[in-house]
Amino acid sequence: MIRAKSPPGSRLPENVAAVAAPASLGIALLVFWEIVVRVRGIPPYVLPPPSLIGAALVRDWSLLSGSLWTTLSITLEALGLAVVFGLAFSVLFAQSRWMERAFFPYAVILQVTPIVAIAPLIIIWANNTLIALLFCAWLVAFFPILSNTTVGLNSADHNLLDLFALYGANRWQTLRYLRLPAALPYFLSGLRISGGLALIGAVVAEFVAGTGGTKSGLAFRILEAGNQLNIPRMFAALTLISLCGVAMFLCLTIVSHLALRHWHESAVQRES
Amino acid sequence: MLLERNDSPPSGALLRLRGVTKRYTSGTVALRDVDLVIGRHQFVSLLGSSGCGKSTLLKLISGLGQPSAGTLDWPAAPGGARRPELSFVFQEPTLLPWATALRNVALPLRLAGLDRGEIEERARRALGTVGLAGFERAYPRELSGGMKMRVSIARALVTRPSILLMDEPFAALDEIARTRLNDDLLALWQEQRFTIVFVTHSVFESVYLAQRIVVLAARPGRVAADLDVDEAYPRSPAYRTSAIYAKHCERVSAALESTMTAESAR
Ligand SMILES: Nc1ncnc2c1ncn2[C@@H]1O[C@H](COP(=O)(O)OP(=O)(O)O)[C@@H](O)[C@H]1O
Ligand SMILES: [Mg+2]
Repeated sequence: MIRAKSPPGSRLPENVAAVAAPASLGIALLVFWEIVVRVRGIPPYVLPPPSLIGAALVRDWSLLSGSLWTTLSITLEALGLAVVFGLAFSVLFAQSRWMERAFFPYAVILQVTPIVAIAPLIIIWANNTLIALLFCAWLVAFFPILSNTTVGLNSADHNLLDLFALYGANRWQTLRYLRLPAALPYFLSGLRISGGLALIGAVVAEFVAGTGGTKSGLAFRILEAGNQLNIPRMFAALTLISLCGVAMFLCLTIVSHLALRHWHESAVQRES
Repeated sequence: MLLERNDSPPSGALLRLRGVTKRYTSGTVALRDVDLVIGRHQFVSLLGSSGCGKSTLLKLISGLGQPSAGTLDWPAAPGGARRPELSFVFQEPTLLPWATALRNVALPLRLAGLDRGEIEERARRALGTVGLAGFERAYPRELSGGMKMRVSIARALVTRPSILLMDEPFAALDEIARTRLNDDLLALWQEQRFTIVFVTHSVFESVYLAQRIVVLAARPGRVAADLDVDEAYPRSPAYRTSAIYAKHCERVSAALESTMTAESAR
């Protein structure tokens, strides 16, 4: 597990170590890679050295940045929709056992069917490629939020539920003041998983669609660069995809930490 | 109902149970044929070994559970059906971990839909009465076990209940915190004069606190003894070491003991 304990209030040396350790390992690996490629004379179309990838990133930035934006916006929109639908359905499930029984199996079926297998169909059915990509990314991002939040909504302490009943709380009040806050940590851990999955969904669907044009995302740049044997650019696009994933994970971890810092064990700093 | 304490004459019954039986769907008979009358402003302790139905009895009184047979009514209330304002304190503090002490105490008032100003003012006052003024913005995890229990008591008192049900509230606390909470609870009770039904399995605690001790026998739960502890309040710390206190403890222990031997004899 990565423990990204973040900024406010934490002691400095620990933060420095948390950044310095992986950073120095990364730099060491890059240097090693560069040296091996140069010493062994490996041609750039097999394995380009980091310096060449960096150069490609700079040279093709105008092209790649457009694609980065496309992929990123599909991912974020899909994640946003997954949050809206995931929350809506889990609240519905929490209100009615019957709804949960009826719908949940289908949510599971959607989840366990590989996205690569459904993507071609979706792309055929949707008349707009962007919408198809969005739908694929949404499909994979939806389930973790739905299932986690559903568990969370049912995880409220029984004595607290009794207490709410005792004070005559109605359904809405119980949801608003007890079930939803109790579900927050579950929702947030679902959100972190879904963030990564939305990106994967967006990339995989674009690979399947293989679309081009001005609105192409990073996956298409990889396909295109592969066809042109422009391997450094391929690596540059790959690097951007990874960075997207890492950035998203970090952002969601920070959001989660800020939301839970006062009360939840996962976010509380242990004093030693 | 939430706002006004029912201030009828000081004597008389607040709560009356007649032939109350509770059989769970699992088949367990938790209570059989319990007859009990609890008076206004009384401090009653329910004493019994674990599993004898103490929590079940509190749940029935609170209305969270329904008796399988028998009746439970509130003679002082019009029609006898209407439950007066009632609060529950559990063994665990049972606080909302994401809310500050103040918001936890304010919860029952928010659920009742009072206006913000009044909620805030009454919650602050309730926190003050349990000795936690200044801790309004503290989160439960920043408080000790005893302080959390105080927040829980403040939350119970903020609605100005006529009856307070407590289910082994101090059992998980250390000796010192428990002693202080015992004294503070007695002070609050003397000042505000609500009725208390206090569940415990400690003979010493019940003799120190209660005017009346109802001893329950187990399997099925029933009233085995109903003992008075006729000692004046305030009960000073000296009471704990007095010969009278020891005598009461002996008497209550004997009653509790006889429920156990009766049980093992069967
Ligand atoms: N919800 C329940 N369903 C079935 N049996 C229960 C339930 N709650 C309590 N019991 C049973 O009823 C008996 C009395 O339990 P309880 O009232 O919790 O006792 P106490 O509080 O005195 O320890 C026990 O035998 C317990 O197992
Ligand atoms: Mg109990």
